[in-house]
Amino acid sequence: MTTATPAIRLTALSKAFGSVNAVDNLDLDIAEGEFFSMLGPSGSGKTTVLRLIAGFEMPSAGTIELQGHDVTNRSPFDRDVNTVFQDYALFPHMTVRENVAYGLRVRGMGKKERLERAAASLESVALGGFGDRKPSQLSGGQRQRVALARATVVQPKVLLLDEPLGALDLKLREQMQVELKELQRSLGITFIFVTHDQEEALTLSDRIAVFNKGRIEQLGTPTEIYERPQSSFVASFVGTSNIFDENRSREVLGVPGTNSIRPEKITLAGAGSAVPEGTVSLDGTISEVIYLGTSTRLLVTLASGQQLSVLEQNVSSLSGNDRRGQKVRAEFARTDVVSLAPIPA
Amino acid sequence: MTSNAASPLIERAGIPPHRHTPARRVSVFLSQHARARLGLLLSAPLLWLGLVYIVALAALLVTAFWSVDSFTGEVSTTWTLDNFVTVFTGAVYQAVTLRTVGIALLVTIVDIVIALPIAFFMAKVASPRLRRILVIAVLMPLWASYLVKAYAWRSVLSEGGLLEWLLSPFGGQTPGYGIPAIVITLSYLWLPYVILPIYAGLERVPDSLLEASSDLGAKTGRTLVSIVLPMLWPAIIAGSIFSFSLSLGDYITVNIVGGANQLLGNLVFTNVGAANNLPLAAAIATIPIAIMVVYLTAARRSGALESL
Repeated sequence: MTTATPAIRLTALSKAFGSVNAVDNLDLDIAEGEFFSMLGPSGSGKTTVLRLIAGFEMPSAGTIELQGHDVTNRSPFDRDVNTVFQDYALFPHMTVRENVAYGLRVRGMGKKERLERAAASLESVALGGFGDRKPSQLSGGQRQRVALARATVVQPKVLLLDEPLGALDLKLREQMQVELKELQRSLGITFIFVTHDQEEALTLSDRIAVFNKGRIEQLGTPTEIYERPQSSFVASFVGTSNIFDENRSREVLGVPGTNSIRPEKITLAGAGSAVPEGTVSLDGTISEVIYLGTSTRLLVTLASGQQLSVLEQNVSSLSGNDRRGQKVRAEFARTDVVSLAPIPA
Repeated sequence: MTSNAASPLIERAGIPPHRHTPARRVSVFLSQHARARLGLLLSAPLLWLGLVYIVALAALLVTAFWSVDSFTGEVSTTWTLDNFVTVFTGAVYQAVTLRTVGIALLVTIVDIVIALPIAFFMAKVASPRLRRILVIAVLMPLWASYLVKAYAWRSVLSEGGLLEWLLSPFGGQTPGYGIPAIVITLSYLWLPYVILPIYAGLERVPDSLLEASSDLGAKTGRTLVSIVLPMLWPAIIAGSIFSFSLSLGDYITVNIVGGANQLLGNLVFTNVGAANNLPLAAAIATIPIAIMVVYLTAARRSGALESL
């Protein structure tokens, strides 16, 4: 960690709605210029944290610092952070250009200059010719860009994005992911990105915080989160994992604690073939074959009764044969086994 | 097709086939003929609107061109413009028209000013539970008879009444019966009709728009003026149409709390009843209709009716 002042520092932050703790005693530093994702299922508190940073909600306890200044009790209009809303929240009675210029208008910038800046900002999101349209005349992807232009034209220190790609179809979402990343690099400001889509978080982020029940379950780079999950929650929420509880770990793997193995780390060999050194080998029967296009997901029922999910790349186009009922040997390297929730010493 | 129907691939055990009743055949016909469906759907309301509403209005307009025989008191169906000349040139009619429009405008403004904060509180501040209670509270006065409410205000406004009792410690007194009493009572009577459309309009303004405005640096007042009011404009116009048109035609409240003042409604009423001059009454009644036409046209011009 650098010693520089973080863009956002949350200290002992809590937010209760009635008896429910949406955010529970949260400490978090987000560095300047970082693309930071808050990932979690709905109700995990990630959006509440975003709304607390924006100022739409007041915390029950704790403080929020923006570049070293305490902004906990400041109104949203008094904070240099801007939000891209999930529903875009474009003003329907204004044109696209007026929407983008609104933040400059309320700051008292002259008409000529603010319209010029709005036009430049629209240009930067490839919507140069759309200034005179109403938001209702735009497609979902275009509205998304207008929302981005409107939030960035006022040059915030931190940009908050609340599931901004959730309403777009898959192709558009992949395209917008690339554009978001490029935008963040060119602006050089901190992005805080809320999503429930683990793939999106892995693709975009410098760091990810995985939220569960108002707390951060794990904080780390995409590789750390995916390759070294520290709890069964993270292991199963981010990607898919085969989890061995304590009994099964001892029986099958011969190691203590709860352990997990990713489906793509497992290979299937013919039953009775030789077992290489440092490899776990488990006999089983293929009980289900799910074709996924680039890969095939196989469910292997082990002798112990546990089901193992295995992911095979479709290298050959012949792998679509019905292999249900086939006896196989599932193999994976011991080093790929991840120990979850470390056992207290 | 036929072989399929005779030997379905999977027997649907216990589920009887469709019965070919006449009702089913009608449904099939209607589902395939959109125009017939539309015609059936609209003919009854159109007939009602045409007969009861348009014909009645036309009859009124025609009557205004007739006259009353001053000896027999019977309506004579000879065409004349005399009634309109009387109405448009008579000083009394001009004064009453101005007074009526003035009161209707004042009532409308008072109602909008009172309704805006109440509707805002209901739609954006109150908890869902409190919101339901407030909606009921706003609608509750509509359960009581119009006359009861007007007489209640007569009592409140009377000398030695509730208002005087409340105001006397501060040196105030009741305005008595007259134009202020008319405005107060009519404002009270039409307030629910103004609150409800504005409340509905506010409910359609998503909270995220208010948050976005604040997020972009606008203080609360700015958000109200730049975001809420423009989006609410159609709802305000809709509410004002209620309070304005209802005020234009009212004569009972005027009789109860208005003292000696008369509005257009009273002139119509006296001419239909005591003066037995139906054609003149019809001519007077065209004044509020004309005013409403002008009002609605202006509202339409402002674009307020487009998103209604």
